[in-house]
Amino acid sequence: MKRIYSIEDACIGCHLCEVACITEHSLSKDPVKAFLHEPERPISRCTVEEWDGGVVSISTNCRHCDQPDCLRACISGAVQKNAQGVVMIDTEQCVGCWSCVMACPYGAIQRNLARKKANKCDLCPDRQSPACVDACPNRALVYREGSQK
Amino acid sequence: MNYLIVGNSVAAVGAIRAIRELDQQGNITVVSREKHNVYGRPLISYLLGGLITEKRMSYLPDNFYEQNRINLLLDSEVVAVDSKGKSVKLAGGDTIPYDKLLLATGGDPFIPPIEGLTDKDRIFTFTTWDDAAKLKGISADINRAVVIGGGLIGLKAAEGLNLLNKSVTVIELADRVLSSAFDRPAGKIVARKMKANGIDVITEDTVVRIEGEGGEISGVTLKSGDFILCDTVIVAIGVRPAAAFLKGSGIEVNRGIVVDNSMATSVKDIYAAGDVAEAADFFSGQKNPMPIWPDAYIQGDVAGTAMAGGAKDYEGGLAMNSIEFFKVSTISMGVTNPLNPAEYEIHTYQDIQNYQYRKIVLQDNRLVGAVLVGNVDRAGIFAGLIREKVDMTPFKDSLLSPDFGFINLSKEIRSRLFGPQGKALLSGRAEQAVGH
Ligand SMILES: Cc1cc2nc3c(=O)[nH]c(=O)nc-3n(C[C@H](O)[C@H](O)[C@H](O)COP(=O)(O)OP(=O)(O)OC[C@H]3O[C@@H](n4cnc5c(N)ncnc54)[C@H](O)[C@@H]3O)c2cc1C
Ligand code: SF4
Ligand code: SF4
Repeated sequence: MKRIYSIEDACIGCHLCEVACITEHSLSKDPVKAFLHEPERPISRCTVEEWDGGVVSISTNCRHCDQPDCLRACISGAVQKNAQGVVMIDTEQCVGCWSCVMACPYGAIQRNLARKKANKCDLCPDRQSPACVDACPNRALVYREGSQK
Repeated sequence: MNYLIVGNSVAAVGAIRAIRELDQQGNITVVSREKHNVYGRPLISYLLGGLITEKRMSYLPDNFYEQNRINLLLDSEVVAVDSKGKSVKLAGGDTIPYDKLLLATGGDPFIPPIEGLTDKDRIFTFTTWDDAAKLKGISADINRAVVIGGGLIGLKAAEGLNLLNKSVTVIELADRVLSSAFDRPAGKIVARKMKANGIDVITEDTVVRIEGEGGEISGVTLKSGDFILCDTVIVAIGVRPAAAFLKGSGIEVNRGIVVDNSMATSVKDIYAAGDVAEAADFFSGQKNPMPIWPDAYIQGDVAGTAMAGGAKDYEGGLAMNSIEFFKVSTISMGVTNPLNPAEYEIHTYQDIQNYQYRKIVLQDNRLVGAVLVGNVDRAGIFAGLIREKVDMTPFKDSLLSPDFGFINLSKEIRSRLFGPQGKALLSGRAEQAVGH
């Protein structure tokens, strides 16, 4: 399957991937509306980590694992892997127990505390290529066929 | 090939998916004592407390059985296994033959001999959907409940009843609640939060007698002599591997069914997985029951793979629990409370007032355990570091930082996990999906 890979040396720490992710998962798909006017701002599914004020940075994201630890840990069945290999959370079914947060070795699941629901990358089902990849100005994120490990 | 699976819970699901990945033709029969399709057993307290409806108990879409062509026999109990004749016997008298058998029968609640227990009506255990439904059914009549046992299941039952505005007292023999999964400070935080929400917690004491006239309960008498008024009692001392029906089968049973790293039992063509099995521990390799949901799935997957002719090695059971009580999140994994602390390097941070606590346990510079209370974000990174046995020597200083992440590790680790270098290109070949 196609996965998102992250090239640390090309990452400039601008966080535009996070902005794009938040926008893509908002109601309006407009960054200004998403950040200012919508009742609830989505949580970014990718996480830019920085060290030493941004001298080193990398955007980390879900690997859509072959044997997802999040899926195996989920007590409600909310996490499933679809026929294309995309690992998704059914938000209705999720009970906010954070077992998936405990299990994911990539730190790729976020907690939506206001709604008590887990949140994760869905590879942007409405797009050709994920919003974070398209938004990266220095091509630090690539989307291509490849393995998890 | 005739596969037979006894038990219809998460270990069975792990096995069914693994079998179907390797063998689309074989017949799979699943026999279960319960009358429900597979459901989220840990959700029964959510159901009792009214946090979810019955519809959300289903762990998988109903078409799972049809899609995987499962012959499902619900409401049927296996009472004996004939390993020579390769068949099992049902309570109704029928026998079912097998080529490969998986025992995924989970745990049965343990009921200690307490005076007055057998002749009272409102005594419950709390491990099944039906248990929760029964309690919910009579909940209008419950005023005060006593929960015997302050482990995970007891506290979950207490929380469910508390959400229904019942007065609840938890009685625990140890000096704190959750003593097996959590260390002292984490257990204290949970107990504090429970008390703040109106649940009474009594430790270092136990129920010696259930009092009352006829079937009715008037209260319980404790070992200390105290009397607690109540009309309902939940027994939640713990669960024991459900292996009693294997007597005479020749299968080696210790505390649970003893299995090797492919989940094979001592008898050919018979496997066991989940709460009923006793498999190797991640650290010591010693065989222990590991009664947690994620491990039951993994063991089912390993067993199903072996049954269908594949090979997957079980990495060893790693204890891990994520428990949320009254909005305080707690996650613990691995070694959290070592008996001989001198052999470990332990780092802690605590702010009990604000329900924040973090503990990191290292041994020989390798991470072996972690407890996180409050901020549990990205806890799984620690699980990955434990499993990979990463040398933490250069990274120790950052381990307690609330935003600990991959940036605190080496570039080599980051690029191995997230980078494109050296990843196999599967161009032209669709990768096999595990989902159904
Ligand atoms: C209230 C509660 C909360 C929990 N919370 C958590 C949690 O938050 N996190 C976590 O990791 N774990 C939790 N657990 C534990 C978790 O539910 C178990 O580890 C898990 O269900 C084990 O799965 P299993 O497939 O091994 O067996 P089980 O889920 O126990 O299922 C076994 C099935 O086999 C059936 N069976 C048994 N004997 C026979 C027989 N002879 N013939 C036919 N059928 C038989 C049983 O009726 C049962 O349906 C909780 C458990 C309870 C009760
Ligand atoms: S959330 Fe984590 S465990 Fe689940 S598929 Fe993504 S990377 Fe894998
Ligand atoms: S938080 Fe939701 S998705 Fe994650 S394990 Fe719990 S129920 Fe499943």
